[in-house]
Amino acid sequence: MMMGNPFKNRDVVSIKDFSKDDLLYLFGVADRIENLSEKERGHLLEGKILGYLFFEPSTRTRLSFEAAMLWLGGKCLGFAEPRTSSVEKGENLADTIRTVENYVDVVVIRHYKDGAAKFAAEVSNKPIINGGSGTEEHPTQAMTDLYTIIKEKGVIDGLKIGILGDLKYGRTVYSLLYALSLFNVKIKLISHPMLRVRREIFFDLEKKIALSEHDNVEEVLPELDVLYVTRVQKERFPDLAEYEKVRSSYVVNLKILQKAKEDLIILHPLPRVDEISYEVDSSRYARYFKQTLYGKKLRAALLSSILDAKV
Amino acid sequence: MPEKELLVQKIKNGTVIDHIVAGKALQVLSILGVSGSEGKTITIAMNVPSKKYGRKDIVKIEDTYLSPEITNKISLITPHATVNIIREYEVVEKRPLELPDEIIGLFKCPNPNCITNASEPIETKFYLPSKDPPLLRCKYCERIYAPSEVI
Repeated sequence: MMMGNPFKNRDVVSIKDFSKDDLLYLFGVADRIENLSEKERGHLLEGKILGYLFFEPSTRTRLSFEAAMLWLGGKCLGFAEPRTSSVEKGENLADTIRTVENYVDVVVIRHYKDGAAKFAAEVSNKPIINGGSGTEEHPTQAMTDLYTIIKEKGVIDGLKIGILGDLKYGRTVYSLLYALSLFNVKIKLISHPMLRVRREIFFDLEKKIALSEHDNVEEVLPELDVLYVTRVQKERFPDLAEYEKVRSSYVVNLKILQKAKEDLIILHPLPRVDEISYEVDSSRYARYFKQTLYGKKLRAALLSSILDAKV
Repeated sequence: MPEKELLVQKIKNGTVIDHIVAGKALQVLSILGVSGSEGKTITIAMNVPSKKYGRKDIVKIEDTYLSPEITNKISLITPHATVNIIREYEVVEKRPLELPDEIIGLFKCPNPNCITNASEPIETKFYLPSKDPPLLRCKYCERIYAPSEVI
């Protein structure tokens, strides 16, 4: 029996609001969209408008949402830089949302404050998609990450997944961990001791999945199926001196990767600074640029599902 | 014994909160939203001897009957306090405090990056993911705190 569309008119604020079945439904829609003819696909969201409100810089999230909307025949409007909007004049988020919702069908928002998307969803009558909120969450990145793993490895259950880098401030890490907790995986959290995950992760997930913390990436690398690398989030550090202490804690290069399984895949939400050497880009392990393409397809599936297009 | 009389002086009608953690009476009144400007007689006794706790505070608010929804708000700062409802000098109801399921608009979220600490029309909201030991979780930023970190 076909399940109903669990995303219809729904906010996407936290990955915690979605079940494994919801995510698998979405991945199915992404696959079906890809298999449509260009003509069919190009009419799916005809007449629909995506509003994007980006209070923080973005390359992939904003452009992949825009690309997805245009791919499906929809249109986009918004701002990529708050200084070009009335936010610069002191307008708050609530008033900005109450205005923009009158012009669009769905809104994607990126904001530097934790909980901003949740608040925006309370204010808005149109569906809100969280495109990254402070250090809290980035649910569509986690959906992309899982979709990439399924497409590249065939399964998620049974995998050993290493998450490396800034586990304290990296919002993609939080959404990814909650998403992975819906599957049967073993997770190795690898970071400088100053960049460990916040206590909420162990409070919420310790009983759901196998989590362990490590300092040394070379020790755990040989057993990993997936290595998820993250950038040290300079902009989130309250003290830049602390950032300087940890900024280059880890560098994944070909020398380290000699110890990896042959079929290891490396993901990264990007942008990268220096945590993955450029020499890795052309290796058999690298999937982080392919991941950006999956991001567009996944977001196309999400937009068409929220707006209830018949795929 | 004028001193003892002063400390235990009965009220005719109202609410008496006894066994408040010593030194917390003013904070209790603040959380209850009682400022004194209501015109009711309020008696505050602080750091008085207590057989059970060594020292304690007592608050008596005359001609005011506080509901459990209101008084339970103080349970995070003084969990062992008791609330006595007095009518015609008699205790007609004696109730212990219960931890509420959520606390709205009372405490600031300690996370400076939480949206509740921005210039937005928003009230703080904490729920309790655990009551023993009590923990508070911000509904917006999802951070978890011990009560002492929030209050």
